[in-house]
Amino acid sequence: MDIKITVIDREGVAHHLDAPTDMAMNLMEVCKAYELPVEGTCGGMAMCASCQCYILSDHELGEKNPDEEAMLSEAFHLKENSRLGCQIVMDQKLEGLKVELAPE
Amino acid sequence: MIKTDIIIIGAGPTGLFAVFEAGLLKLKCHLIDSLPQPGGQCAEIYPKKPIYDIPSQPEIMAGDLVEKLMTQIQPFQPGFTLGETALKIQKQADESFVVTTDKGTQHRAPVVAIAGGLGTFEARKPKIVGLAQWENKGVDYIIRDPEKYRNQKVLIAGGGDSALDWTIVLADIAKEVTLIHRRNEFRGALDSVEKVQTLKDQNKIQLITPAEVTALNGHQELESVTVTHQGRPKPYTVDYFIPLFGLTPKLGPMADWGLEIEKNAIKVDNSLDYQTNIPGIYAIGDVNTYPGKLKLILCGFHEATLMCQSAFKRIHPEKRNVLKYTTVSGITGFDGSRKEAQKSTIKSIK
Repeated sequence: MDIKITVIDREGVAHHLDAPTDMAMNLMEVCKAYELPVEGTCGGMAMCASCQCYILSDHELGEKNPDEEAMLSEAFHLKENSRLGCQIVMDQKLEGLKVELAPE
Repeated sequence: MIKTDIIIIGAGPTGLFAVFEAGLLKLKCHLIDSLPQPGGQCAEIYPKKPIYDIPSQPEIMAGDLVEKLMTQIQPFQPGFTLGETALKIQKQADESFVVTTDKGTQHRAPVVAIAGGLGTFEARKPKIVGLAQWENKGVDYIIRDPEKYRNQKVLIAGGGDSALDWTIVLADIAKEVTLIHRRNEFRGALDSVEKVQTLKDQNKIQLITPAEVTALNGHQELESVTVTHQGRPKPYTVDYFIPLFGLTPKLGPMADWGLEIEKNAIKVDNSLDYQTNIPGIYAIGDVNTYPGKLKLILCGFHEATLMCQSAFKRIHPEKRNVLKYTTVSGITGFDGSRKEAQKSTIKSIK
């Protein structure tokens, strides 16, 4: 089953996306699949922060793993609600997720 | 001037394997890379991470893949210009190209293969107001010569291996070393983290965590930085501020070479030979794009192979050539080495 998520790009435009939950895709990959400007330089290893986003909805996302914590601690434009898109795996619980892409 | 048959820009896995395929066709290669070691991303970003989709390698560490490629191409004696960025490419009257680096090193060849991956690695710069105005006036992003900091007051910011490693090196050279990081935890080799702990315990360095540099101050040169620790800003007198926040790839100078660019990648003719819109300049591996492109190391290997066949035709238009199998023909290195399959023994059984 697909879920509906909203990604606000760096120009402030909201994109309503259908994200598959059965392909082990993470938020960075969903953005790339829809050709949104997310680089995903490191391929999803939590090593570049090019997929940093701000979580706008109040979904339970689970704890950050040590790699994500460490990368975010060196990321720029950091906010309280910063996460790395590559570490957020799409699943049913994320129906209605709303995020905003952090500046490059 | 360095002269060769193929100038390869980028010494990642694709660029390295191109040396092998070129060598089979008796073409010599010279590689240029902005990083100080070969291997590209595999060596710089994830040497200790496994790769599972290299044919015949169920699991291989990225760093080991690079090492094996270096061994595989060794008979073909590639040249290397490392730690230099290819800046300019100029077509000559005889249709060959001259590639000049940021340090002025010149290379000349009839064929250029761009295997630049995601681009040139550049330092990630922290977002501090006015940072750029202090570059080379007290702010350095890369340490080239540690001696520059002898008897100087240095403040390093960052939480990864390079911040830890340089703190250790400079502890013995600089007058004062302060390491600051936004968290108490560091992501680096255990050995380095422990060494920094010891240096701190021995008061050989100063460690401030969790903290960050929030302002830079000075007149002509940098004189102090403002470190915000537990919400309180405090000035520290320094000679140098060295933010070490890792590297990020940028297409960089390549974008201005007159090549057709699409989505940060170089457009090539994938139906034939991965040549760009400039005849004689090819683009292989992650740096190129074409319909259906996949950024995979294994696709880079394939592209490198076809590129070499086309490069051979460009360099030797008069020569006929057929594909040879290494199992049949063996490998003759430019160093005089020779590898070949063992000949079968023919002996009668009585």
